[in-house]
Amino acid sequence: MRHDEVPQDASAILQGERKALYALDQDGRYTVVPSSGWGAEETATAMAVAAYAQAAAEALARARAGQASPIEYHMYHHRLDSPTLAQETGLWHWQVKRHLRPGPFARLRERTLRRYAEVFGMTIDELRDWR
Amino acid sequence: MMDDPRDLSGGTPRPAGTFVHRHAAHCESGVMSGLLRHYGLDVSEAMAFGLASALVFVYLPFVKVGGFPLVAYRMAPGTIISGLERALGLRMHRRRYRNQDQGRADLNAHLAAGRPVGLQVSVYWLPYFPPEMRFHFNAHNLIAFGRNDAGDYRLSDPVFEEPVLCAGEPLHKARFVRGLFAPKGLIYYPRRMPGRIDYAPAIRRATRKTAQRMLRTPLPYIGVRGIRTLARRLAALPQAGNDLRYARLFVAQVIRMQEEIGTGGGGFRFLYASFLQEAADLTGERRYDQAMQRMTQAGDAWRQFAALGATLCRAKSSDFPALGSALEECARLEEETYRLLA
Repeated sequence: MRHDEVPQDASAILQGERKALYALDQDGRYTVVPSSGWGAEETATAMAVAAYAQAAAEALARARAGQASPIEYHMYHHRLDSPTLAQETGLWHWQVKRHLRPGPFARLRERTLRRYAEVFGMTIDELRDWR
Repeated sequence: MMDDPRDLSGGTPRPAGTFVHRHAAHCESGVMSGLLRHYGLDVSEAMAFGLASALVFVYLPFVKVGGFPLVAYRMAPGTIISGLERALGLRMHRRRYRNQDQGRADLNAHLAAGRPVGLQVSVYWLPYFPPEMRFHFNAHNLIAFGRNDAGDYRLSDPVFEEPVLCAGEPLHKARFVRGLFAPKGLIYYPRRMPGRIDYAPAIRRATRKTAQRMLRTPLPYIGVRGIRTLARRLAALPQAGNDLRYARLFVAQVIRMQEEIGTGGGGFRFLYASFLQEAADLTGERRYDQAMQRMTQAGDAWRQFAALGATLCRAKSSDFPALGSALEECARLEEETYRLLA
């Protein structure tokens, strides 16, 4: 990649930040060139973000219909899935999967709720009284 | 713990309060370059990356990250720090904390003493990151080098152009998240700086190690063979049981690992080419220059692969076999590069 090939696509994801790319100058020497983003990369990131957003919207609908606990919504909203949420809370994966159901969620102890609330950066009340 | 049995006689550290930020492609190599420079050894980011043999390609179809196979272009977090210790005869002080208050107090004490330190953090909780870039990646690295009057932290996050300010609470949360690569408040800084560095043998060892790993790992998931395995897999997408949406998200995931995650472009290949160029300058050996040319071509091939992948993601094309061929070309160019270095 030469300096004049460094993409400057003003990526909406970078929001004005610029990332360092390595590219060749006119004399064939590598230097750092700040890039405002690349369309290809923006597409890929936007897809990943949109996939989580879609999963969160579906989870919210399920929670409202009483088919899922609010944890499922918060999980996707915070760009997690059940294995990563298990790691971040320090719970077992089977526990997390159980807590995605409304019944087991309603019976959760304060201590377990706090683990979820910490990961989601919210209070226990906000997590419990989500309606 | 403020005992300070350091021997920094290998270099002359810059005076306290004069930390110089420099924009880097990758967090860990950027932090190590920044710390070494501050403590008296001028090592570029590319040299730090190359000497630590941090370049790799790994495709593990049976290890899922966020629901997709793991694809990595560099060695696991921590490799650059420990790799540089070995390559340079450097010794780092590292401390992780079970007691979070101690972790906070120690950081403040280091900064009060005018000592910039490396920190491991989660990207997700750092408020100065653009929201769309905040994913749960717990092995981000940055340098803390001071605090302002309000008690906010002055951070040199190498992937940002300028130093940033960060309030205490989000930084604390970012240092003590749980999960994969949990940072546990890790603080690190050079404990013993090397004296004079004999670059020629260090470069020879490091490039040979990378080349051997990329050419001769006897598994079809690592190195050039790993690239070819992924190329075949992509060419066969979308497969029975996996819909087109999954296939496109998988391609997006590969591109993100290659470009978004602070790689300097082309999945660290240009950064490594820059290292090879420095290696040629320092040693006068022509083969490093030849390898640099080839690696640059490989990086360009990776960029073409990503550009093609993006058109697939945008549903403008569904020619997955062409994507596989583009990746095959990356494998070919990389193989030629490593043959020059093995």
